[in-house]
Amino acid sequence: MDELIFFINKVIISGTVIGSIYALGAVGVTLVFGILRFAHFAHGDMMTLGAFFTYSLVAILAAAGFSLPIPLGIALMPVAMALTSVAALGLDKGFYAPLRRKGAKPVTLLIASIGVTLMLQGVIRLFYGTSTRTFFESEPKDIFRIDMSWAGGTRPITITEPQAWMFGLVVVAVLALHFFLTRSRLGKGMRAMSDNPDLAQVSGINTALVVRVTWILAGALAAMAGTMLALDVSLKPDLAFNIILPIFAAAVVGGLGQTYGAIAGGFLVGFAETLAVFDWTVFLRPFRENLPEWLATAQGLSLVPTEYKLTVAFVILVIVLLVRPTGIFKGLST
Amino acid sequence: MALIEVKDVIGGYGGAPILNGVNIAIEQSDIGVIVGPNGAGKSTTLKAIFGLLKVTGGSVMFDGQEITNSLPDKLVPRGLSFVPQEKNVFTSMSVEENLEMGAFIRRDDISGTLEEIYAMFPVLAEKRRQPAGELSGGQRQMVAMGRALMSKPKLLMLDEPSAGLSPKYVLEIFEHIVSVNKAGVGILMVEQNARQALAFASRGFVLASGKNRYTGTGPELIADPEVAKSFLGG
Amino acid sequence: MTRRVLIAYLALAVLIVIIGMTRGVSTALLLTAISSIYALVALGLNIQFGYGGLFNLAIMGLLMIGGMTVSSISMPINWAFWNSDGPMLLGRAILAAGAGVLLILGVRNLWRIGIPRGVVTWLTVLAWLAGYVLYRTQIDPAASYIETQVQGGWVGGLGLPVYVGYAVAGALAGLAAWVIGKISLGLRSDYLAIATIGMSEIIRAFVKNMDWLTRGTLTVTPIPWPVPLPGAYQDGGVDIPTSFVYGQGGFVLVTLAILIVAVLLVERAYAGPWGRMMRAVRDNHIAASSMGKDVKARQIEIFVFGAVLMGIGGALLSSFNQLFDPGGYIPINHTFLIWVMVIVGGMGNSYGAVLGGFLVYLMWAMSEPVSAAIFAQVSRGTVALGWGPIPEIDARAAQMRVFVLGLVIWLSLRFAPKGLLPEVIRRHV
Repeated sequence: MDELIFFINKVIISGTVIGSIYALGAVGVTLVFGILRFAHFAHGDMMTLGAFFTYSLVAILAAAGFSLPIPLGIALMPVAMALTSVAALGLDKGFYAPLRRKGAKPVTLLIASIGVTLMLQGVIRLFYGTSTRTFFESEPKDIFRIDMSWAGGTRPITITEPQAWMFGLVVVAVLALHFFLTRSRLGKGMRAMSDNPDLAQVSGINTALVVRVTWILAGALAAMAGTMLALDVSLKPDLAFNIILPIFAAAVVGGLGQTYGAIAGGFLVGFAETLAVFDWTVFLRPFRENLPEWLATAQGLSLVPTEYKLTVAFVILVIVLLVRPTGIFKGLST
Repeated sequence: MALIEVKDVIGGYGGAPILNGVNIAIEQSDIGVIVGPNGAGKSTTLKAIFGLLKVTGGSVMFDGQEITNSLPDKLVPRGLSFVPQEKNVFTSMSVEENLEMGAFIRRDDISGTLEEIYAMFPVLAEKRRQPAGELSGGQRQMVAMGRALMSKPKLLMLDEPSAGLSPKYVLEIFEHIVSVNKAGVGILMVEQNARQALAFASRGFVLASGKNRYTGTGPELIADPEVAKSFLGG
Repeated sequence: MTRRVLIAYLALAVLIVIIGMTRGVSTALLLTAISSIYALVALGLNIQFGYGGLFNLAIMGLLMIGGMTVSSISMPINWAFWNSDGPMLLGRAILAAGAGVLLILGVRNLWRIGIPRGVVTWLTVLAWLAGYVLYRTQIDPAASYIETQVQGGWVGGLGLPVYVGYAVAGALAGLAAWVIGKISLGLRSDYLAIATIGMSEIIRAFVKNMDWLTRGTLTVTPIPWPVPLPGAYQDGGVDIPTSFVYGQGGFVLVTLAILIVAVLLVERAYAGPWGRMMRAVRDNHIAASSMGKDVKARQIEIFVFGAVLMGIGGALLSSFNQLFDPGGYIPINHTFLIWVMVIVGGMGNSYGAVLGGFLVYLMWAMSEPVSAAIFAQVSRGTVALGWGPIPEIDARAAQMRVFVLGLVIWLSLRFAPKGLLPEVIRRHV
């Protein structure tokens, strides 16, 4: 039983956490791709930016002696989401819109987004330095322990408070996004523009407004994903640069431009990563007496050594590109 | 005064102009049909009216106001609608969502218009939840027309509505166009099936090399031996 | 056009002379050596993107392969390894890998004996898994044996001349590019960008963690030079500053010679029928393929050609630093920096890419001391205002150059999208 609890803690919970973060990030990437038709490389740094907005707000309020029964990082996340949306609109107005007006091709916008990602990185590190920070300096990180003794387990299933919030908020976010895209006029306009930009224009859809809404959503989702990652682990200025690659992999695996595909891709990549580095020897332990010696004493029976965790996302990506180049759900072309 | 008046319009995609002085004038009660050989600038004329390419000379008046080089998001609220020839439905969206997108600019209740469209095209009502990409060519054309009518236009422009349809559907689409016109919407369309279209056109325009060659009522043009010989295949 | 090229290069020469006069000849030579290597890499990217329209974000991986190769070829032979059980264990790992490949190939062909395709697909997946497990059972003990039991902790080099190392580095980078190209070319640019950056990261993960082959984060040093080191001149009685000028000057001559030969070869090839075909493929895939040109094969050709230059560049870079440190490779310095060079210099123009290589590297190298100086000045101001000094000035100044790099990308896209030396549109009859 303890082995199963270990598996739940190490794979189910960790995989859901990282999968949620990838899914939120990949949805943002895929929305921007659907509307503006370019892979937005600066999305990872928008995540970092959002996390730093939350961090700064928390630091200010904590210094003022303010505290709430829920983690401040969760409580203040909506404000950071709004700030990041504004920042995303600013990035579009300052950097991408001028290029679009000149009739730049998607590949030019892609290169520009690499430029933007470098600028954001420079600015973030200029203000926040390069050190690692944590949200839980002024308040404790509560851990819920679900007692499993009724099932014969000696160890509990553990889940931290931010993780519990995260599961709830991700469900809320996905549902909200779903209703926005399928029920609201603007959401349908977004889907229309993603489906057929020329016809959207001909129909009189205000494409400039749709573009703005897209950036607002992308910024908010990025801030949410970034904050959650920072709450779960820690806040590093280069946090997002390591995460944008699996997020892209998730978006491509799901089919660029496909919102539900991105969610599926995010969880697929998240679980694949956790499962690939999971050490299966735990499950051999109960049967140790009956196993041949070489198997009973095996060390580290994981599919992939931990050092290669990052490559898992790309191996999936490569397989998908080889087998079904437009992703699991059919993606858009540029 | 004419609902739409295109005067000596010159324009193109940036290189040499494709339109070299096109003149078109129709009333809200009219069905106007533009015919002519390939490359005459028929579709280009519609796109020039709709602001999809640059007009460098001449003017376009609509409903008493100049709309030269206005963009679609300004034109649709004024009562102008356009059905492109290709890719004219949102394939991943349901039939009903396609129609709603036609009414994107409207802030009032659209359910009445939606019912009118379904009454006009009963087959769409049956398939309202189905993605438009799964429909047949003729049904797609109906979705496209329905979408364009959702904004309650004064003038509906159609680019080759019969292209790629079987003869049975061509007739059906033309019948729909006539009934839309009877309901008080002006029609301006480009057609390859010239003889068939001119038969019910109250205004006909024969273009060649980006210029008007002949103008008249539909039956007049069909009766004109010159037109018949050069443009209607004898 | 030719005049513009001449003026631009003259200005570049003046800039280097100014650096030499203000910061010392040795610094100027050091910067020239590194920037000429980067220029070679930029030339390679220009072939791929400027000529071929292929979006390659795997430059870092190719540079790493170059650096790894030169260290493996030209470092001395590690007899401790060859006299141990290591070769035998590695040999078994190679046999296991071979057996795995045979198994997979065999299973894939099972349909020939009447097994349904669907079943074969699933069996192939299982065969991959089995082959992988088989290989892991052999390579894991071999790797840990070499890393812990063998003196030096790695297999060592081959003790061959460093020139051989450069050549093999080019060849291996070309081979890697062929594999990458086989997998990802034919994808549209966004997918290609993501796929190549992914492969680059996969290469980095392997090179960094295969300690038995690359020494990983333990780093390999000293990689030899093709010309006498400053130390050799010092032994001959030359004083230390002059010895550096001689030594680095010698290396600069080597890199410049390689660069000039590469530029001449590329220009010659591009002016000929091959270049005409490449332009046709780049400007209109569909038309070119309808004329019976095998577009993907041509693209792979151009991808490999560019990658060879990148591999040689990577080898030169490690050789010049005398150090191969897999931990020192990051996308900003080794992929995006090259992109900025080509964008600033001029896509589709070899002289532009090379010029961009020099200028952007010099800017990159100088922006850190310049921003440090500016920060120091600002800090003095804040101290005077009673706010205290700016903390961590050096770390922050280092970040400024990342910002400057990003800004340069955007500024050139916005205001000079064709670059300093734009592509010469060749009209052909």
